Amino acid sequence: MKSAAFDYVRPGTLEQALQILSERAEGARVLAGGQSLAPALNLRLAAPELLVDIGGLAQFRYIEEGADALRIGALTRHVDVERSEIVARRCPLLSRAIAHVAHPAIRNRGTLGGSLALADPAAELPACMLALDAVIHVAGPGGERRIAARDFFQGVFETALRPGEVLTGVEIGGLGPDRTYGFAELSRRRGDFAIVGLALAARRSSTALSDVRLAFFGVADRPVLARAAASALGAGDMSAARAALATDLKPVSDAQASSAMRLHLAGVLLERAFNETLEASA
Amino acid sequence: MSEGLSPLDRPNSYIGRAVPRPNLARLLQGRGLYVSDMTLPRMVHVAFVRSPYAHARIAGIDAGAARTAPGVVAVVTGAELAEVCTPWVGVLTHMKGLKSAPQHAIAVDRACWVGEAVAAVVATTRAEAEDAAALVEVSYEELPVVADMEAALAPDAPAIHPDLGDNLAFERKLDAGDVEAAFASADAVAQAEFVFGRHTGVTLEARAMLADWNPGEQRLTVYQGTQAPHMMQNIIAKHLGLEETQVRVVCKDVGGSFGVKVHVYADEMATAALARMLRRPVKYVADRVESFLTDIHARDHRCKGRIAVNRQGDILAFEIDDLTAIGPYSMYPRTSAIEANQVVNLVGGPYKTPNYRARARVAFTNRNVMCQYRAVGHPIACSVTEGLVDLAAREIGMDPVEIRRRNLLPDDSYPAQSASGMKFEALSHHAALDKLVAMMNYPALRAEQTDLRAKGIYRGVGLASFIEVTNPSAAFYGVGGARISSQDGASVRLDAQGAVVCHASVTEQGQGTEAILAQVVASAVGATLDKVRIILGDTDHTPYGGGTWASRAAGIGGEAAWRAGVALRENILKVAGVMLQADPSALDITEGQVIDATGQARVGLDEIARVVYFRPDTLPADFQAELIATRHYAPKAYPFAFTNGVQASWLEVDIKTGFIRLLGHWVVEDCGRILNPQLVDEQIRGGVVQGLGAALFEKCEYDARAQMLNANMADYLVPMASETPDIQIGHIETPTADSMLGAKGAGEAGTAGAAAAVVNAVNDALSPFGVRLAEIPLTPELVLKALGVVL
Ligand SMILES: Cc1cc2nc3c(=O)[nH]c(=O)nc-3n(C[C@H](O)[C@H](O)[C@H](O)COP(=O)(O)OP(=O)(O)OC[C@H]3O[C@@H](n4cnc5c(N)ncnc54)[C@H](O)[C@@H]3O)c2cc1C
Repeated sequence: MKSAAFDYVRPGTLEQALQILSERAEGARVLAGGQSLAPALNLRLAAPELLVDIGGLAQFRYIEEGADALRIGALTRHVDVERSEIVARRCPLLSRAIAHVAHPAIRNRGTLGGSLALADPAAELPACMLALDAVIHVAGPGGERRIAARDFFQGVFETALRPGEVLTGVEIGGLGPDRTYGFAELSRRRGDFAIVGLALAARRSSTALSDVRLAFFGVADRPVLARAAASALGAGDMSAARAALATDLKPVSDAQASSAMRLHLAGVLLERAFNETLEASA
Repeated sequence: MSEGLSPLDRPNSYIGRAVPRPNLARLLQGRGLYVSDMTLPRMVHVAFVRSPYAHARIAGIDAGAARTAPGVVAVVTGAELAEVCTPWVGVLTHMKGLKSAPQHAIAVDRACWVGEAVAAVVATTRAEAEDAAALVEVSYEELPVVADMEAALAPDAPAIHPDLGDNLAFERKLDAGDVEAAFASADAVAQAEFVFGRHTGVTLEARAMLADWNPGEQRLTVYQGTQAPHMMQNIIAKHLGLEETQVRVVCKDVGGSFGVKVHVYADEMATAALARMLRRPVKYVADRVESFLTDIHARDHRCKGRIAVNRQGDILAFEIDDLTAIGPYSMYPRTSAIEANQVVNLVGGPYKTPNYRARARVAFTNRNVMCQYRAVGHPIACSVTEGLVDLAAREIGMDPVEIRRRNLLPDDSYPAQSASGMKFEALSHHAALDKLVAMMNYPALRAEQTDLRAKGIYRGVGLASFIEVTNPSAAFYGVGGARISSQDGASVRLDAQGAVVCHASVTEQGQGTEAILAQVVASAVGATLDKVRIILGDTDHTPYGGGTWASRAAGIGGEAAWRAGVALRENILKVAGVMLQADPSALDITEGQVIDATGQARVGLDEIARVVYFRPDTLPADFQAELIATRHYAPKAYPFAFTNGVQASWLEVDIKTGFIRLLGHWVVEDCGRILNPQLVDEQIRGGVVQGLGAALFEKCEYDARAQMLNANMADYLVPMASETPDIQIGHIETPTADSMLGAKGAGEAGTAGAAAAVVNAVNDALSPFGVRLAEIPLTPELVLKALGVVL
């Protein structure tokens, strides 16, 4: 299939981009790495009148560390995260997760902002942001907004982004030497979106985990925090944590897996991700 | 022909060597010429409006808005196109009782599957054609949908084609030996229902055609990615009301076929007809969604099987009852009953067992059409046979290798015949099995399996012996009335600078036909490889022949080229004899030089060509040189040159997730004389990967309304490099005596047995749990259900 005809602009500044987006309103679509949007265009699942290519806004391609925070620009490519020494040191959850995002050719072009703005319910990075309690920065005609990841993802391909807004970056706070992570996912083939996946972030004291956040993906219309399981895990009770998943998650059924199978797999991943945190501390 | 060393192992022979493919640099540099690369003056593009319903009456088509859309040249309905293209019926007379209904290039009043074309939109670009196609308003009246094979044969099922009475397209029964008595006397009987998902070929390059009607010549030139140019020439001429001389089919580079591109597709016939109608070049390149909805699908069988054994491990009988569903039409002209027919032919084929009963039924449904895809029927027959053999072994507590050793046809028992009547010239099941067991170090794997089980890790070994149909004679299609040639030809010519040009009727689909022909011709003539040029795929220029299918290009096309090359060498030596005043039988050609009995180079091929072409006055008046020779070849002694082999899979099943990790795969096969070991290995590896796809990943998912749910590359899972284990290959060589080269086919062996080996390995891994899986693709969900982990 060939995409429907569209106009194309590549603004040089954020202001210009926002200006164009507000003028063209519904008919315009932001283009970042194009790894999700271009297939959608070619399948005619999307037919915007105008593509606003923000690829020229180089200031949004960065990875910066602060005292207890990590800031990543929206146009940072998956490959940048994958190869970043800062990320590996300060937030290894992302280094682990990024290897599961698609294939090298796609990681060369796909961006963090694109992945978050797309909000595929089976994607790794939105779940990581939820587990990390990240704050998502957006800019729009009404100025800048900061949105907690838990409020940002609102459904299948649905986010808190308003028409005319652009995602500019994320900030991940509360980083410190006591942070520990686990990541596990199951996909039929390497690089596919997950059937079920889990991003685990916690704090580790000598005796136990605290502040446990379990963000499951591929189980619902958006990444989900398993709160009851997290508190059971904090109390050191894995079997209670597994059992609690039945109340935390109401997984979807599709051609890949039934709801019951997803729930079962979520339990298996919980154990595996948890074991990873133990190995990391060993 | 000059004697001395056997021509096959002359010192300069390229036979049996992994020479580089002549077309490699061109293709790797992106300088190939695929249909989608081609542009002709005044060329227009067609996009099809396709039915969103599996079964619907076309009540009306309003093309008003589409006709006036930018760039649109024409909007053509089925009824309009039917005036230039007649419908066809996919039956063959030797498939007794096979029935089908007339199929039009574009549906005339009824669409019978989701994706069937109901109108064509022709415009100056494909994008404009698609824009306008969206504006064509078709009013449909939905008709009852026959969604799956069981429903199709239910007594109250609506007949998809009322004129045919019911949805049973074909049925075949076979009863050999005394099956009743064998089962009655058995110590153990095992049975299972084997389920095979529908899948498809997923060629890298989609189907494509560029058809150009020249009114001045009254000729149609069709550029097409096809396996069988002469067959297409015949069919296009027949249905467009032309003489075959008015149709030229040109096949340039093709990005993979696997059987997908050997059939007649409605949309391609429509493209040819549109070119005629509009009197200008029309191009059609299927997009990926169209490929999934309209490229032939394959497999989709449910086969109940039973096996009888005695305590000593002798297999006493096989019995199968196979059901498959082919979509609303039998494909043309090869028909869609061949796969089920092959299942009946091949089950039990590697074994001595004389008692065999089979039934196969082929049903119509409102899903996409189905037809022959790589290893037609083989994976079904092999999975059923080998699955049953493993079950029998388990019943009597015998090792899977041992039960095969006991029952495989002995290597010294040929010629032999299977219970179904397949004739075997010479096979090597035992030599192959012995080699496989050694290559994989079977005892070591068993020891590892035992050790790991104690640690809660479940690994398994699965074996699958198989036979493969190759080099088919006219028994396949010709006897049934189809104009599908089972013979092929090659014409080999010495050019003025001593280069050798070969025109051949077999085709290159990416599998290496050009390389095979080049090395065969170079060896036969005595030329160096760099001096040989191969020209294929043009009905105006090549000899007449069948093309590429059923693993025949090397065995049949290669033999024709060999014979033509040998004949040219004789002709060259006659000239040399005259020039050197020597007896031609005392001369030979090697590395482009005519040599005498002492090995001394006497004259080069370039010099011979110079004299013949430019100074014929220096040759005797009563001598006329012929520096071209043409030969044809068709297998005669056997209907098919059967090959054999055995595969093994080693894998690990994660019993918590149901995921299967392939750890190793081994194949030992016997394709007769190996012309090019690298190409044979590539064929086997590629074939195995397609078999692994079927085993674990690939399935066309349909819902209850016969909508295909995963018609895209994201949801239809093909195996990728990360999922593919190392594939080790070994060979046994049992040349066929039916040809001088002795080469049989190797194209389908990998696909034939890969899934069977994997399923047997999974069952082996899970044997502590008593699990018996018999359905592919073997998804994690199926594994977890079988383990009782999820319901
Ligand atoms: C074969 C394949 C496999 C893949 N597998 C995975 C996988 O396993 N896991 C996974 O997570 N992803 C996967 N992806 C998707 C990939 O990660 C994409 O790169 C990513 O989802 C989108 O990023 P992008 O920069 O390419 O965005 P684009 O495709 O350019 O845009 C995607 C959407 O986001 C919007 N958008 C992009 N940037 C912004 C912004 N800054 N502000 C506002 N809106 C914006 C666009 O308008 C569009 O709607 C896969 C893709 C392919 C082709």
